[in-house]
Amino acid sequence: MPVEVDVGLATLSDQLTLATVLLYIVAMIGYALDLGFGRVRSTAKARAAGEPALVTAGGETVDAPSAPREGTPEEKAPPAWALRAAPVALGLTWLGWTAHLVAILTRGWAIGRWPWGNMYEFVVAMCFAAVSAFLFMHLRYRNLFLGAFVTVAAALGLGFSVRYLYVQAGPVVPALNSYWVAIHVSAAIIASGLFIMAGVSGILFLVRKDSAVRLPSRQDLERVAHRAIVVGFPIWTFAVIAGALWADKAWGRYWGWDPKEIWAFITWIAYAAYLHARATAGFKGKAAMIVQLIAFACLMFNLVGVNIFLGGLHSYAEVPG
Amino acid sequence: MVEEVKQATPGRTAERSEPGGDEQAVRPASFGVLAWARWFWRTLTSMRTALILLFLFALGSVPGSIWPQRGVSDAKVSQYFTDNPALAEWLDRLWLFDVFKAPWFAAIYLLLFLSLVGCVLPRAATHLRELRRKPPAPPRNLSRLPQNASFDGDLTVEEAAKRLRGMRFRVTTGPGWVAAEKGYLRETGNLLFHIALLGLLVAVGAGALYGYRGNVLVVEGEGFANTVAAYDRYMPGQQVNAESLEPFSFTVEDFQASYIAQGERRGQPLDFLAKLKVTDVPGGPQRDYTLKVNDPLDVDGTLTYLIDHGYAPTFRITDGKGQVAFDGPVPCLVVQPATFTSECVIKVPDAQPEQLGLLVGFLPTTVPMNGEWVSVFPGAANPTAQVYGAFAGDLGLKNGRPQSVYELDPTSLKKMRPLVMKADPLAVGKKLDLPNGAGSIEFTGVKEWIALQITHDPGRMPALVASVLAVVGLVLSLTVRRRRVWVRVGEQQGKDRGHVEIGGLTRTEGSDFSEEFAGIVADLNPGVNNDAR
Ligand code: HEM
Repeated sequence: MPVEVDVGLATLSDQLTLATVLLYIVAMIGYALDLGFGRVRSTAKARAAGEPALVTAGGETVDAPSAPREGTPEEKAPPAWALRAAPVALGLTWLGWTAHLVAILTRGWAIGRWPWGNMYEFVVAMCFAAVSAFLFMHLRYRNLFLGAFVTVAAALGLGFSVRYLYVQAGPVVPALNSYWVAIHVSAAIIASGLFIMAGVSGILFLVRKDSAVRLPSRQDLERVAHRAIVVGFPIWTFAVIAGALWADKAWGRYWGWDPKEIWAFITWIAYAAYLHARATAGFKGKAAMIVQLIAFACLMFNLVGVNIFLGGLHSYAEVPG
Repeated sequence: MVEEVKQATPGRTAERSEPGGDEQAVRPASFGVLAWARWFWRTLTSMRTALILLFLFALGSVPGSIWPQRGVSDAKVSQYFTDNPALAEWLDRLWLFDVFKAPWFAAIYLLLFLSLVGCVLPRAATHLRELRRKPPAPPRNLSRLPQNASFDGDLTVEEAAKRLRGMRFRVTTGPGWVAAEKGYLRETGNLLFHIALLGLLVAVGAGALYGYRGNVLVVEGEGFANTVAAYDRYMPGQQVNAESLEPFSFTVEDFQASYIAQGERRGQPLDFLAKLKVTDVPGGPQRDYTLKVNDPLDVDGTLTYLIDHGYAPTFRITDGKGQVAFDGPVPCLVVQPATFTSECVIKVPDAQPEQLGLLVGFLPTTVPMNGEWVSVFPGAANPTAQVYGAFAGDLGLKNGRPQSVYELDPTSLKKMRPLVMKADPLAVGKKLDLPNGAGSIEFTGVKEWIALQITHDPGRMPALVASVLAVVGLVLSLTVRRRRVWVRVGEQQGKDRGHVEIGGLTRTEGSDFSEEFAGIVADLNPGVNNDAR
């Protein structure tokens, strides 16, 4: 398998990744201004009415709304610029999302393979999945209130991977050279993106005090988390099964209790426990959210902790050929 | 008080908790064996217990990721015993190096299994009964339902029933009313999911009992026949007998590894492939097969995987009497995977007058560096062999103690005299004379070895089928919702048209039925603009 890396495309991908981080940060500021100075959303109905329509990524001007130096915003009628903060932020998020998508595609083209062969690529793709989950859920459910938190999570994730996980574009070791990468890892990434949405909602749910009217209501947060998990759980199940099929091809057993497999299994059990907790009466609200966040912690540990602390076959450098 | 006593009698428990329900079973106050058994069974199969068992199952597998496991990384387990003997012994007593074979893990597994059975069977029976039951008659006041609408129009009971059937509702009618229900697939899917989980547990267990796994190292040019004796390590399940091994064989004609030659990733492997000549049945025809990572050889369900590789330089060793005492490849241990710097041990029991043992370093791409010789690339671009030490004496092979082929064990060596303390590297075709007339070693060429894993797991396909069914069931149970619709058609005094009332209800929490309900109302009332909310 001769490998040519297109250096120009790879560099373009790196630059687009940085641009994505900047766009997300600016969008995050926009969402924050909206949360801080925009319309108060004390009830779900007020929120639905007050939320602006979707703006397309292309036509939006990209200047960030400037914060006011003097004067305090009125309680009832928010200042005009604050009403514009949310649509601008949303536009910027779509723009960042586009840059993010192109960054992933160009990296893939540059190396002629699926661009998730190492931790760096994996985290970049997962942040993309999280932002996608937010944007597409927004098309349907108008959950704009999560924008600030999802963009900040994505910006942090991207920043972390650029700073600490970066590796130059290149070919993968033979064990990863399989179409199962496309199937298994893609499913894991999509499910993770959805779980991140749910996790962000869960954290907000717990930090939110009942009096803080500017944050989304607990019901809204719970609904978003539940929807994301209901979609994410079967995808995660599929990802684990596809992983077993691949392990069967690559390592001669479909399940070998490798650390990564163990933690994928624990994560799966934990999310199943969340669904059960919801399905049984008396396990709603905070308790279910805590189960969900435990599951989320397992997911994150599997992504980061297992590779760093526990090793095993999945720590890709060690995969024998 | 009285109430409590009444509830605590064993007889009541059976009535109170529904099968598979989430109610805690009430502990019996009297000591009837049957009552206790029933209480135990109810507690075990309750949803809460299932949840706790699920958590325990997850928690129980955590140590398996913290401590090295036998059968997965044996070398690390031995290392642990060397480093912390006291702690390791304690951990071993708790089966923490064999978590997934531990009795306590099996206990969780079995309890969960029982709990699942106990939950699924009654629920399946209930569901079967429910599938045959007709949708219930409408409640008195349809306008109290979460979804409701009414309009004036000429809808007959028959017409409403027909249209609802067209929407794939299950329909029953009564005087002036229609009851319809759909979404039974939710419960079906849910049961399918849980039953598939049971199937998966069984398949995994059966695979472990009736399957086997073995490892073998083969050098280029050599062959393998699938018999127990041919394995370096053979791990059968409890129910496997040695005669049942699939009788195939193959020879490894060639192994090729390619690496990135330039740039930051220089030395990273790109591709491995082994060319095999395979004989599926003894005496049968030979076929070519290219064995690659991610692409095992499949002979009737017995799979051969390429899992590792390394160098096997060939040597010819002439003993002190001038006879060739050894001539062939020596599989070497990889010391540095990045450069394939390897260490080889050659034992020459046939050497005369004394047995010879040699420690040889193998460098695939040799360059001088700071007065040493090192390898800088995993491919064999400039292979050399460096004799670190040669020993003459008794290898101690006959004392019956097991020996590693990769070690000259000083405790079992007798009367060994070092002959060489490190020589310059030999290029292919070069020879080193051993001192004291002990003979000579010639580096004759480079071959490679591959490590193969051969597995037979009859649970593979059933496990796959069960997994697929589980996903299908899961998707059904998470996406389908159960909903009921009632239509009541009535006369209206003083008007020339009938009055139609419609009510709807979903039994799935958290789902939004209003949109679909509005659609149903519109479909039931085609002519008129519907005034459904
Ligand atoms: C051990 C005994 C188990 C019992 C008694 C049990 C019981 C149940 C019941 C009664 C439901 C129906 C909930 C509803 O109608 O909404 C359910 C749903 C479900 N179960 Fe289990 N279950 C068990 C094991 C498992 C296991 C091992 C898993 C997988 C890890 C699992 C995953 C699920 C999922 C994903 C759902 C769907 C949740 C939903 O409908 O929202 N269950 N289970």
